[in-house]
Amino acid sequence: MSIDMAQFHQVFFEESFEGLDIMESGLLNLDMGDVDAEEINTIFRAAHSIKGGSGTFGFSAVSDFTHVMETLLDEMRDGRRQVTQRAVDVLLGSVDCLKEMLTAIQDEQEIDEARVAEYQKALEVELNGGQADVAIPEQAEVLAASDESSASSVTEGKGWRIAFSPHADLLKTGNDPVRMFRELSVLGEFSATVDFLGVPGFYDLDPEDCHLSWKLEVTGDIPISEVNEIFDWVEDECDLAFQPLTESEAEESSDISIEHPATETPQEQTSVQAQVEKAEPADKAAPTTKPATTKKETAKSAAGKGSGSIRVDTSKIDTLINMVGELVITQSMLSLVGEHFELNKLDQLKNGLSQLERHTRELQESVMNIRMLPISFVFSRFPRLVHDLSAKLDKKIELVLVGEHTEVDKTVVELLSDPLVHLVRNSLDHGIEMPADRVAAGKLETGTITLEAYHRGGNIVIEVKDDGKGLNKDMLRTKAIEKGLIDEETVLTDKQIYELIFMAGFSTAEQLSDISGRGVGMDVVRRNIQSLGGNIEIISELGKGSTIAIHLPLTLAILDGQSIAVGDERFIIPLGAIIESINIKESMLNRVAGRGETFRLRDEYLPIVRMHEIFDVKTAQATKLTDGLVVVVEGQGLRCGLFIDDLLGQQQVVIKSLEANYRKVEGVSGATILGDGSVALILDIPGLVRLSNQ
Amino acid sequence: MASILAVDDSASMRQMVSFTLKGAGYTVVEAVDGVDALNKAKAQKFDCVVTDVNMPNKDGITLIRDLRGLPNYKFVPMLMLTTESGMDKKQAGKAAGATGWIVKPFNPEQLLKTIKKVLG
Repeated sequence: MSIDMAQFHQVFFEESFEGLDIMESGLLNLDMGDVDAEEINTIFRAAHSIKGGSGTFGFSAVSDFTHVMETLLDEMRDGRRQVTQRAVDVLLGSVDCLKEMLTAIQDEQEIDEARVAEYQKALEVELNGGQADVAIPEQAEVLAASDESSASSVTEGKGWRIAFSPHADLLKTGNDPVRMFRELSVLGEFSATVDFLGVPGFYDLDPEDCHLSWKLEVTGDIPISEVNEIFDWVEDECDLAFQPLTESEAEESSDISIEHPATETPQEQTSVQAQVEKAEPADKAAPTTKPATTKKETAKSAAGKGSGSIRVDTSKIDTLINMVGELVITQSMLSLVGEHFELNKLDQLKNGLSQLERHTRELQESVMNIRMLPISFVFSRFPRLVHDLSAKLDKKIELVLVGEHTEVDKTVVELLSDPLVHLVRNSLDHGIEMPADRVAAGKLETGTITLEAYHRGGNIVIEVKDDGKGLNKDMLRTKAIEKGLIDEETVLTDKQIYELIFMAGFSTAEQLSDISGRGVGMDVVRRNIQSLGGNIEIISELGKGSTIAIHLPLTLAILDGQSIAVGDERFIIPLGAIIESINIKESMLNRVAGRGETFRLRDEYLPIVRMHEIFDVKTAQATKLTDGLVVVVEGQGLRCGLFIDDLLGQQQVVIKSLEANYRKVEGVSGATILGDGSVALILDIPGLVRLSNQ
Repeated sequence: MASILAVDDSASMRQMVSFTLKGAGYTVVEAVDGVDALNKAKAQKFDCVVTDVNMPNKDGITLIRDLRGLPNYKFVPMLMLTTESGMDKKQAGKAAGATGWIVKPFNPEQLLKTIKKVLG
């Protein structure tokens, strides 16, 4: 039976990368002073799984490498070895090395053997307590194995007499003497004599115990190792003695054989033996043919990689299947109603339609849910980053992760990673001060960087917070003037000053470092976030620290929207952006010089955006502010009122890009197709708010 | 055909074991750790249990010990899949009531051969 092992490779790679992440975060969490045994066990288990899998699937380079790591971890786990920072660093390096090896195998590239050897050497040095050039255990094991195999090739004459007395509890481990007899009879001519002497009287008899013992004989040219192998599992549960048979005994035994009658011809015997011999070389040949097939297998799995896969909780799939089932039932019910429709079935039809609507919505939700991944997929790389960089910069920094389980669309997760790395690096490099400076400023020596994710409305918010020195407004301003980005007369609000760092070619670090780059990053970061439909804002206090908040839509494909009417036109406002809708009274209206129309909402004056003017809708019913409705919306922390004719209904809309199909339009983020087939524009609220504030 | 409970926290190994055994005609139920396995073993009687040793929640050796305590599993063959070449894990497994072991790495043929051995 041949099984294509390549089909398991993708899963193996995925779980191995997950395992490596677990190892990495585990290693970073290790507290040198007080080592948690369970923590080490978790790291060990991950290494162990990778070793087992890679061995099974034929990636011997990986399993060899992991073996050395595992040995080191095993000794730490058992307390035979001190957990030192140096050992942890070596292990962290090895985790990186394994990642590279697995990626190379997955991409069908050559493994960088020099690099692997370097890390393996470092591990071995660590294993030998800092001394190089001591035989590694693996080699010893190989030697032992080859000893065994050479022993097994020695054949020992005519056969074996075996005294086999199982202990009483042999049966309780699921071992059955009959199984062993069966195997022995495959090796050669087999006979058994049972000894009832050990059987107790009826009243003392425990039927679950084994009371029998046997004298066994197996004749043929059989290596002792093969006989031994049969009893391998029960060595400790029986008394066992082997004795080689002499030639005359062998003949004698075949005469009294029970299992194989004496009529059996010698020819048959030899043919069985020939089969055994034939089978053996075939077994041995298997490993040599393996590398060739392995290569092909990797080729296949590498081809599959490009499509990008996602691991989904089985319960999510179950929900989905359940939902499809419901949908099918509803569909068949509806078609039954439709077959011979009469007006008295109207209620049934309505019922069915509303069920259909509910199931469609639930189905949509669970499909979207499949794409949702916890943000920890992005966060998990930061402990390592902070660990490495703070060591490099001689800073003391603690990383705090909050809300790691917040779920977000897979695409967002993938695209969020790079901008976040940039922001965290910035905080490390420019935000947090050197320990001495912190103490001088009356702060704790150790700085804190917090990565926090949470849901707000239809958005996910990710904050990078540090308790460093904060942004110096005067310095930012001076720098911007120096660089010619603004002129000296420009009056800027605090917010606008902070925004300066997002301008291309702006760098505030007095000395550029290789950590956070050359200041080309922040504008790229903002562009990336904006391309995801999000925005980014900065809050900072000099001497206390900075917070950079990224607001992103939860998903990029579907939006909860409120459809509104302006004349004949339909627009969609993202539901999350709406705060309230009101009828305006004359007394609330106000005109502020230079800011156009505003209205007073409780204590706040908000600008009014006349939708029919901005989008040039001639058919608008209400042109007088008191006749229509005003929807108060918020975008990027600013509010305004949208003046419209009417609110229609709430619905989920599938976002179609306007940019891809037409061009970018100010105030519009996309379009969608409504139930009646007409097109509605989706409003870009931050854009509109910006427009209204200008 | 006999039914087998395959226990491993590694999805790739679990799939490989399960695929191999199913291919040979056995009925296979998968479990992701000892706790999962114990629940499944209580719900349905299996003719054989094949389990990984190193697993979160409940390791393979504890699983075997727990299973042996159930009346239904007193004599059922239970095999450990282990990379441990040393004797200590094997002995701990035997003490817990394991029938035997299959040493990793193994190929599907070796697995089938061993399963056939215990199931006859």
